[in-house]
Formats: sequence, structure tokens, C-alpha cells
Amino acid sequence: MKKLTAVIIGLMAAGFWSVSGARAEINIAVAGPMTGQYATFGEQMKNGAEMAVKDINAAGGVLGQKLRLFIEDDACDPKQAVAVANKEASEGVVFVAGHFCSGSSIPASQVYEEEGIVQISPASTNPKLTDEGGWNVFRVCGRDDQQGKVAGDYLADHFANKKIAILHDKTAYGKGLADETKAELNARGITEAMYEAYTAGEKDYSALVSKLKGAGIDVIYLGGYHTEGGLIIRQAAEQGYKPQLVSGDALVTEEFWKITGDTGQGTLMTFSPDPRKNADAAPVVERFRAENIEPEGYTLYTYGAIQAWKQAVEKVGGTDPKKVAKALHDTEFDTVLGKFSFDKKGDVTAPGYVFYVWKDGAYDYVQ
Amino acid sequence: MEYFVQQLINGLTLGAIYGLIAIGYTMVYGIIGMINFAHGEVFMIGAFISLICVMVLGMFGLTWVPLALLVTLIVTMALTAVYGWTLERIAYRPLRGSPRLAALITAIGMSIFLQNYVQLLQGARVKPLQPLISGGFEIMRREGFVVSLSYLQLFIWILTLVLMTIFTLIITRTALGRAQRACEQDMGMASLLGINVDRTISLTFVMGAALAAVAGLIFLINYGVIDFYIGFLAGIKAFTAAVLGGIGSLPGAMLGGLLIGLIEAFWSGYFTVEYKDVASFSILVLVLIFRPTGLLGKPDIEKV
Repeated sequence: MKKLTAVIIGLMAAGFWSVSGARAEINIAVAGPMTGQYATFGEQMKNGAEMAVKDINAAGGVLGQKLRLFIEDDACDPKQAVAVANKEASEGVVFVAGHFCSGSSIPASQVYEEEGIVQISPASTNPKLTDEGGWNVFRVCGRDDQQGKVAGDYLADHFANKKIAILHDKTAYGKGLADETKAELNARGITEAMYEAYTAGEKDYSALVSKLKGAGIDVIYLGGYHTEGGLIIRQAAEQGYKPQLVSGDALVTEEFWKITGDTGQGTLMTFSPDPRKNADAAPVVERFRAENIEPEGYTLYTYGAIQAWKQAVEKVGGTDPKKVAKALHDTEFDTVLGKFSFDKKGDVTAPGYVFYVWKDGAYDYVQ
Repeated sequence: MEYFVQQLINGLTLGAIYGLIAIGYTMVYGIIGMINFAHGEVFMIGAFISLICVMVLGMFGLTWVPLALLVTLIVTMALTAVYGWTLERIAYRPLRGSPRLAALITAIGMSIFLQNYVQLLQGARVKPLQPLISGGFEIMRREGFVVSLSYLQLFIWILTLVLMTIFTLIITRTALGRAQRACEQDMGMASLLGINVDRTISLTFVMGAALAAVAGLIFLINYGVIDFYIGFLAGIKAFTAAVLGGIGSLPGAMLGGLLIGLIEAFWSGYFTVEYKDVASFSILVLVLIFRPTGLLGKPDIEKV
């Protein structure tokens, strides 16, 4: 008798669950560092996601259902990322645009795989994310092995006779990128003069700067985020030392310039082609600027990720994660990022990386 | 040699900041035998108040740097001291006489509270400040390596030295200092002899907070980037410095601060940057094995 009661209760619970799943809203989430020292990137993602959801809902939603956006904060902390992923699963989220840090995206993607949630990261570039990730993992940004190759080649082409130091911050992103660049540089027959790791989150890098100065380093290649990169270049200037800083896509925020001031002039970085310059994206960029938001960095990448998922859902005619994932693999999408599709692993087939230079508080292509 | 001098300059500057914070830990421990874990957060609040003050002065058009710095210094010390006093009044005084563990947990609680309070009020993003003082001296030069001592670093050293002198004089020469030393030795006896113990302890917190405020201001103008989280790391390092120098000893705190700063700079300079924290904590462990009371600490004689 007890067993029968349990079965009935179980069936009822299952019934309620499916009822609640069939309500007229589709839950999606954007997850990234909304607090902490990388909160500036979280804000870019949040802005992009909010605008995308607003635009989609204004145009009638997805399959006639409105989207509901959950904003989740992982603070770029792997442990918190897993907790956030579980929370999203309990909220009935079917799609996540996120996370930002590779160190968060990778552990969270395992939760999403188990829970059947499609994940498109607008920003995590560590190759492991899609190499080791499941059927549910995609990204609209490039990979660090592409980025490192572009950076390594650039260093070899332009600074072959200079002393190059490679620094990283020991994170999945920073170390991954620094090692890819080092590998390419070494493959081109150039050995770096120094290879060092520092701790992210600290503010005093004067000893490291003196070390670089003492070794006569001309070019610093930095695998790390904008706060530390900015502090290193600022503290170098205070010691009367002006190396060339070259870094990756974690410098694409105006906050970098706020930290460095004029000492950031001429800093080079790799990033995917700027979608703001894309003609198709012009009306969306206008709408952002009308709300006083500059859609820099990953803002439009987050917007584009949500657009791609929406187009896949419309193709399938439902939000079933496996079917949506399959559609994501075989469709060509037309988004603010231009036309692109995903390969077998879930990496984007768009053009890879180009070099940018910081000048007077803004970044633009290297001429 | 040139390289050594440059790392020495770096280490002394960092050490001065650690030392100023460490004094707050050591003074409080000396009197009530409690580790005030919220002290790192008081330092962080000092840095935020300095930033707000510099911004407000800039808005009123006060841009002559020496005057702006002096005003900021005074305002920051005063306001942060109020935080220190309030902290003691609200969180620690009601627990006087209760087991040490209760006070310790309260301190950790206050630390978390203050951190979140600033995060909610000021936002989680880093707050940058453009350099106020730039330029410096070129002390030595060889083969393209220039040893530079910025005006800012010189300013930090002088400020630290002046404050240390003032505080040493307060402790050794004034009635307040005498009262503090008396409370440190025997609180019950001191109160029997007419010393207002509560007031003395409050003033100790006020002094510690004022020094932490100076450290906050120095941190702000030296590094130019602050966030709500800086108190944690700096607090841990300063606490280490206080223990290394001998907790309870004022010169010990300063010495410990300078040593931690120098160890970090030289380890980063001659070995790998990656392991500098491992190095400073290993040295702490070694010192504590051979001198459990720290470098300048007095052995605690148990009265029977």
C-alpha cells in the first residue's frame, strides 16, 4: 500500500513538473561575473542579453512564447559557477549564454550537459571548453589556440630581435593563452627571454616590473585580464620603463584605459573582428547607444549567441535541447556577428583574430 | 647592485603599507588580547573614503596636489577613526569578558559585513584614480637600467616615518600612552587606579583605524586601483607581519611589515614571482618555530 502511495505521489509530482514546464514563457539565462573584479565583462554580457531578449520579445518572442531572462553571477569563480549552473537547472532554464571566464565555463558545462541545457559562451576561449565539452557546448568567440597562433606570429614578425617576456595569471584562460602563444613563438624559432606567472587580484606588481626592467625586456606578452595588465603597465611607467604590452581579448573594456590612463597608449591586443563595424549590426548598435550603452567587447557577442539559439529553436519548432543542439550544428545563422555556423565541436566558423591597438581611450584595428 | 637597490625601494614601499596596517592589529592585541580581523576592512574603507574625498575636492576645483592630499589625509583619518570607534562600541565592547572565541567570530563577522556593505554601496567594479603625483629621481644608472625613486615613494616613506614617530611618542610620553600600557599589563588593576579602561580601549581602536586610513590613502595614490576586496589580502599580509614582528609590539609590527614587503620584493626579483607568498609564509613558520613570540615580542610569563 505504501509503495502504491509513493508511486501515485511520484506520478503527481511528475505531472506538476510537466505542467510547470509548459507555461507560456521560455526561461533562458545569462551567466558571468556580475560582481568581482571582472564585473565589467559581466555587465557587457548582461547588456547584450537584455537587449537581445527585449528585441526578440518585441518582435513576438520565440515560437509565440516570450523569453524570460535570468541573470546569474558566477564572479569568475569555478565553484560559484557550478552552484549557479545548478540553480539555473532548478529554474527550468533551457539555454545559457555564458559564462565569461574559461575557468567557470568548463565546470559549469558539465552541469549543463547532465541537466540538458544548451550553452553558448560568448567569451570563453580556452580550447578545452569545446574539445572536452559535451553535445551541448558552443561558443561564438574564437579559441586560444587560434588566438595564440595569431599573437605568436605577430610577435615573431614584428619583434623578432626584441627581448620578449611571457606572463600569465595562472587561470585557465591566462595560462592557456600564454602557453599557446609561447608554443607558436617557439615554433617560429624564437625563445622568450622570460616566462613568469603572477597572482591575479593583487595590486602591487612593482617587483615584477623591476624584474622585467632588469632583464631588459622590450615586449611583454600577457595572458591575463585587464586589471592586472593595466596595473603592470602603469607601474612600469612609474619606474620610468616603457615596454610594449601585447595581450589577448580580456583587455576589450574601457576600464583598461581608466586604469592605465595615457600609459596604455599603443597597447596591442588580439580580439575577434569588431562586430560594431558590421553593417548588419548598425541598427542594434544604434539602439544600444540610444540607451547610453557602448556595445563594446562581448556585448554584441552575447546578443549574437542568443540570436543563434533563437534561430535554431525556430528551425526545430521546440526547445528540446538535443534537437536544438543538432540544429545549432547544421544551420547557418544570420546575426549581429554576421553569418556564421558551428563546427562539429561547437566552435564558431567565423574569421578568427585580428590585432587592435589602444589609442586615446579607445581600441581600433592596427593599421 | 642597481637591481638590488630598485627591489629594495619596491620592498620598502610595500612594507610601509603592511606595517601601518599591522600596527592596528598589534595595538588591539596588546590591550585586549583579541585579533581584530575586521581591521583589513577598516583599511579598505580608508581607501574608499580617500577616493571619495579626492573626487569631491576635485569637484570643488581644489587641484593643488599638496593641499588636496593634506585635506584628504585629515578627513580620511577622522572618518575612518569613526568607523574604528563604532566597530569597537557596537561589536566588541558588549562582548568584553566573554570567551575569546566569541570576540574572534564577531571580528570575522564584522569583516564580512563591512566588505559586503562597501560592495553594495560602491558596486563591485574596480575604482581607478589617475596618478596624482608623477615623476621621480633617477638614483643610479648602468647599462640602460635606471634605478628610479618616484616622488610618491619618497612621500610614502616620509609620511610613514613621521606617523611612526608621532605614535611612538604618544605611547611612550603621554598620559594616554601610559594608560594604554597600564591596561595592557593588567586591566583590572588599571581600572582600580582610576584609568577609564573602556575609553582607553576605544582610543586604541581609533588610533589603529587612523593609521589604517593612512595606509588606505597611500595604497590608493600608489596603485591607483581599489575595490571592496583589497582589505582581505592586505589584512592577511599585515596580520602575518604583526605576528612575525611579535604581536603586541609596536616596533615589531613595523619591522614585520617591512620584512614581509622586502621578502616579497626580493623573492619576486631573484626567484619566481609565482612563489612569493609561499616564501613569505615559510619564513613566518620558520621564525615562529625558533622564536614563538615573533622577532621583537616579549615572552608571555604566566603568573602562578
